[in-house]
Amino acid sequence: MQELTKAGSEQDMNIPLQAEKQATKRMKKLRYIRDNYFLYLLIAPAIILTIVFKYIPMYGAIIAFKDFSTIKGILGSEWVGFENFIKFLSSPNFGTIFMSTLKLSLYGLILGFPIPIILALMLNQVRRAAIKKNIQLVLYAPNFISVVVIVGMLFIFMSPTGPINQVVTMLTGEPIGFLSDPDYFRSIYILSGIWQAAGWSSIIYVAALANVDPELHNAATLDGANIIQRMIHIDLPALKPLMAVTFILGAGGIMAIGFEKAYLMQTTMNLPTSEIIPTYVYKVGLQAGDYAYSAAVGLFNSVINVILLIVVNYIVKKLNEGEGLY
Amino acid sequence: MNNKYTRMDRIILNINNIFLFLAVLVVLVPLVYVVLASFMDPTVLLNKGISFNLSDWSLEGYKLILENDAMLKGFINSILYSVGFAVVTVVVSLFAAYPLSINGFVGKNFFMTMFIITMFFSGGLVPTYLLVKDLGMLNTIWAIILPGAINVWNIILARTYFKGIPYELHEAAKVDGASDLLVFFKVVLPLSKPIIFVLAMYAFVGQWNSYFDAMIYLDNPNLHPLQLVLRSILIQNSTDPGMISDQLAMAELKKLSEMIKYSSIVISSLPLIVMYPFFQKYFEKGVMVGSLK
Repeated sequence: MQELTKAGSEQDMNIPLQAEKQATKRMKKLRYIRDNYFLYLLIAPAIILTIVFKYIPMYGAIIAFKDFSTIKGILGSEWVGFENFIKFLSSPNFGTIFMSTLKLSLYGLILGFPIPIILALMLNQVRRAAIKKNIQLVLYAPNFISVVVIVGMLFIFMSPTGPINQVVTMLTGEPIGFLSDPDYFRSIYILSGIWQAAGWSSIIYVAALANVDPELHNAATLDGANIIQRMIHIDLPALKPLMAVTFILGAGGIMAIGFEKAYLMQTTMNLPTSEIIPTYVYKVGLQAGDYAYSAAVGLFNSVINVILLIVVNYIVKKLNEGEGLY
Repeated sequence: MNNKYTRMDRIILNINNIFLFLAVLVVLVPLVYVVLASFMDPTVLLNKGISFNLSDWSLEGYKLILENDAMLKGFINSILYSVGFAVVTVVVSLFAAYPLSINGFVGKNFFMTMFIITMFFSGGLVPTYLLVKDLGMLNTIWAIILPGAINVWNIILARTYFKGIPYELHEAAKVDGASDLLVFFKVVLPLSKPIIFVLAMYAFVGQWNSYFDAMIYLDNPNLHPLQLVLRSILIQNSTDPGMISDQLAMAELKKLSEMIKYSSIVISSLPLIVMYPFFQKYFEKGVMVGSLK
């Protein structure tokens, strides 16, 4: 009984003590902020820009649930619930646009993912540093070409009178409508993307391979392993963690496919495959002025994207012995 | 050196080299073609392709492009936007990264979370556009510079770099009575030239090559950057009629519009082509620092 009261009184003592502790903690923090106000001045511009240009638009995204009119403003417009989303999901375009987005991205990921790895493995075999440097210089270069120039070059090369069709005409007698035929859009988009990005994407793999312990290779060589066997059993396992991260990020970004190149490559003829969600958002939103509907389509896309990221991360974690992105 | 390899290995290495050589060709041929084509007479180009006969060469494409007002304006605008964007984004990133690199900075986790959330969630195209419009920034340079200036990736890169600066240097300066302000400007920044350079180059090139923000925020053609001018030449096929005198027949006009395509690509890529070989290793470094997080 005595012990109980003793314990009780100690607890009573603890409550003001804790409050005091918290108060001194807060005091300490405030003093820190006062003494180091300069640090807060430094970070202020970034905070202000983030709030204004990132968080306010996030709040603005609620127009997706409203019958938005610019006159009434965001707050004044009436709520309509999921009406804008239903309108998109039930529109006759939905299936085509959704599948075009998914296919373009998915094929791009599947075809584009292994090539930088293969390039890195091959570059790793070049013994002379000067030659390796020059090959890298060339392979990285397309990364710095603007998307407008890339698409411009595609249009020049693939036009009915362009150099590629000159050869095609010579062989078959008739030019191919690369730019107007929807069947070619995806291949051209993805292959030109690989042409531009594969070299640059190989950098991290090349660096990872440079860190592989040469002793491993020497030992394997003594055991009679040839280059290919060593690539498969030494180099590839060394790249595995990086591959997992790159793949998760790529797969998670499937619906976040860029607007810029697809929009430039669109011609009225190839729309069945070239109209993807981001270009659709731009057209109905900024060109046609249907802000709320367009915001809903954009939001729908982001939500799918977040779900994809989580799912892919989960799957890769399972396959990769617990090593995921997070 | 070569004795190390077995016969099998040497065969594999040769095949490896052949494939690499092919990869280099695949990258180079289109680029070289464009450069050569930009010097060709368009009639020859259309009928024979690339010719190495000097009499088939012509500088007409370059003459037309250099006389083109829109192109010149675009060039100046692009330099303005790219330099302005690089300065703002680098300054903001460095300033934000320094406090975040200090141990015991009160509020570090809160600010970091606030930044990182924006990497995964965004308001989207339309709400951002409406905001820029409401702020009255349409058709101003601010629409190009400010919305994209906050780049979380840059902040993380700079913070990682700052953390790598030995803490004793801060301490020594502090003991000498220097304030945070002095430490940042006199100790940290002078040691950070490589990262400043990397961030600035990335920002400059990114802005130089982009067209999207300019397309949605700038209606006024006088404000258009180079990429939008290029887009009208290369993709929309619209040739400024004032550019070519009226007497020229339609066919001639088409020929010339083909011609300026090549020269405009070369001219617009010139700043990057000149910079690229010198700066390649810095760009590479940027990727490396980024991948280490």
